[in-house]
Amino acid sequence: MIRSRICLTITVLVFIFLYVPIILLMVNSFNDSKYATVWTGFTLKWYTALFSEPDLWEAFINSMIIGISSTVTSLIIGSLAAFTVFRYRSRLQSLHFGLIYAPLILPDILLGISLLMLFVVWNIKLGLFTIYIAHTTFCISYVTMLMISKLQHFDLTLVEAAHDLGAGTYQTFKKVVLPLITPGLIAAALLSFTLSIDDFVITFFVAGEGATTLPLYIYSMIKYGSTPVINALSTLILLATFLLVIVYHTFAEEER
Amino acid sequence: MPRKKLKETLMSLPSFVWLTAFFLLPFIIICVYAFKPADIYGTVLKGWTLSTLNSLGNVYFYKLLWRSLWMSIFSTLVCLVLAVPMGYQMATSSPKWRNLMLMFIIIPFWSSFLIRIFAWKTILHPEGLFHQACVFIGLISQSTPLLYTNFAVVIVMVYTFIPFALLPIYTSAVKFDFQLIEAAMDLGASRIRAITKVFIPGIKKGILTAALMVFIPAIGTYVIPDLVGGVNSDMIGNKIAQKTFAERNIPEASAISMILTLIILIPLGILVLYSRKGRNLEIRSRE
Repeated sequence: MIRSRICLTITVLVFIFLYVPIILLMVNSFNDSKYATVWTGFTLKWYTALFSEPDLWEAFINSMIIGISSTVTSLIIGSLAAFTVFRYRSRLQSLHFGLIYAPLILPDILLGISLLMLFVVWNIKLGLFTIYIAHTTFCISYVTMLMISKLQHFDLTLVEAAHDLGAGTYQTFKKVVLPLITPGLIAAALLSFTLSIDDFVITFFVAGEGATTLPLYIYSMIKYGSTPVINALSTLILLATFLLVIVYHTFAEEER
Repeated sequence: MPRKKLKETLMSLPSFVWLTAFFLLPFIIICVYAFKPADIYGTVLKGWTLSTLNSLGNVYFYKLLWRSLWMSIFSTLVCLVLAVPMGYQMATSSPKWRNLMLMFIIIPFWSSFLIRIFAWKTILHPEGLFHQACVFIGLISQSTPLLYTNFAVVIVMVYTFIPFALLPIYTSAVKFDFQLIEAAMDLGASRIRAITKVFIPGIKKGILTAALMVFIPAIGTYVIPDLVGGVNSDMIGNKIAQKTFAERNIPEASAISMILTLIILIPLGILVLYSRKGRNLEIRSRE
């Protein structure tokens, strides 16, 4: 037998390691005690307390605005880029691919600091707009990579066939290309939306004083006021993420 | 065909312009600023200087670099030691289990990074579950701190970055021909020996990619030492943030960022030379 008991044990332990902290956090969000160590009874008071959190709603709205706008922009630019890289395999495209790939390798902090420098040099006021620019930048790279991998299954002869049969560029795009790439587009949209909603490091650098997003808000809660309210907020966000992952997988499965 | 070339150029334009303006140009600015002088308030002055880079040549900065390096390398090694057996386990499981495990590895990948760090902050606390468990099995005494130490930074880095190691190793492991293991064992090798001598060399490329995928975010981390580290846990990222926000010294922040880039480019260059195909690194696209 090629099965190994040690490997199985390690696998189980790693899954425990990955999930116990998250599960404990969720359980504690219903704990009546202010301290995470003792269970004193079930409560929803930390959830109701969320409604009276100052500025939370504003941070949430900001995150949504940025998430949606950078998803839309990066989806348009990214899928066009993916299609171009996929279609033309020239020297220009390998340069193009390199430019798209590079932001994925570098740590977030380098993207954050370099964009901050750019905005300072150009004298652009830091705020929602600069966060939008920053998020769109890294989302373009993720969207393009995802769309390139989805396009591997795409048959270019279908486009040629449509042209041969007399369809114009617009008609071909609407009737042939779009239906085929829609699942990929939805997956890419979900990915970039989650990335934008979750991003802390880059946002931290380019946000300036005025604009707060959800992760920036959570960060200051963790750093300066550790109450069980964070558990409640985190649980809600985690549940929303799990839902997104399930939706994402439905679209990813459909592809096969 | 010039018309085809024109169409290609036009189609490449949006992403090319965007990424040049908001990725390449900012990077060039950093490299330029690293050689600019600044006054004592951090305001950038005209002219060129090497003094910013020279001023980093002090014991404190070397200590910080050394700490960043060993903590990231150590976390990378721990991730690999855990991920290789997991990759083996997943690749030898039935497709149903394999997909389920893959899904459970990807979920933490998608969920908020800050929330996962916060979850650890709670359990590393002296009253927290992890701390209590360590006291219970006699690893540490009640008064030994875990939170706000280098240990906390390493364990949270492993926790956060292990999916980055698992995915490339898994991708290589499913392509591995497990009949080779059977053959090795038929020829008298023990299972452990078969794994170390046949399986591990067989997925070498996956392991190298995994090492880089953990090392790069680890060496550049800022939030983890900031939230769970102690006074002596600062890493390069913390120094960059400190120079940017607290001291407002842009040339120094740029110089440190440049050093961080170099630290990343060296192992990356080695891997690219080794595999000669940059496109094999595509796993970070979360697929």
